Amino acid sequence: MKPTSHGQLTSSRLDATFAALADPTRRAILARLASGEASVAELAEPFAMSQPAISKHLKVLERAGLISSGVDAQRRPRRLEAAPLAEANAWMEKYRQFWEANFERLDAVLEELKTLEATEPTTRRKKK
Amino acid sequence: MTTNNVGKLSLRTEGDRDLVMTRVFNAPRRLVFDAWTRPELLKRWLGVQNGWSMTVCEVDLKVGGGYRFVWSRPGTGNMGMRGVYREIVPGERLVSTEVFDDAWYPGEAVGTLTFVEQDGKTTVTSTMRYASKEALEAVLKTPMERGVATSYDKLEELLVSQAAA
Repeated sequence: MKPTSHGQLTSSRLDATFAALADPTRRAILARLASGEASVAELAEPFAMSQPAISKHLKVLERAGLISSGVDAQRRPRRLEAAPLAEANAWMEKYRQFWEANFERLDAVLEELKTLEATEPTTRRKKK
Repeated sequence: MTTNNVGKLSLRTEGDRDLVMTRVFNAPRRLVFDAWTRPELLKRWLGVQNGWSMTVCEVDLKVGGGYRFVWSRPGTGNMGMRGVYREIVPGERLVSTEVFDDAWYPGEAVGTLTFVEQDGKTTVTSTMRYASKEALEAVLKTPMERGVATSYDKLEELLVSQAAA
């Protein structure tokens, strides 16, 4: 196993994904594409932006592998590519699991503290 | 935040360098604050899983005072972090810096914890502000058990199963 090279490979892909997701317009475009493919003109519609400006965002998303272009020569509809998003989400999910496990242990600690206070009200710790 | 959210973790990014977590605990904020600042309590829950234990847990709870945490796992090694308390309002608010010994992301992060109590339950909001967008991305990609061979194995399985799906 070569964890380092594997980590770097994954890392550069994820860098592109997270960079693409950092922009609110690009996130909105992805949200729109989640409900089906759309042409550049259709994607530009809800934004106060020119088609060239939207095209720039689409290029970033395409480079990150988050979207692809359809074969229809006229419309070249863009569609969502799910895999990189799922990958980014998987990392977020690992982070979440780490903290969920921490907080479940913290719940247990708090229950114990509450019980201690309830059973020994006279020895309650004084605030300094 | 209503009380039926007890136990549910909300995790989100805000802007391009804040990571915000919210969690409701079924205890008064005084106790939750204690659990976050008293070494004998911290050692029982923070990062102590999968064979990791906290071998150093020092807290000098005053503004300008520092904290020092080291986790160890036999056969794997140590992982340490430290920081300085910037703001302390007991039971309400705790602001501190955070940097890992072997940091895999650039710069120092600033963490703000707020504790809000309602009907005996406490909503904790943790806002970590990283030095840059790149630092936040690195953190999201690599949880604390980074570099551990087994987590790469798990990751690989995960990616393979997603590619197949």
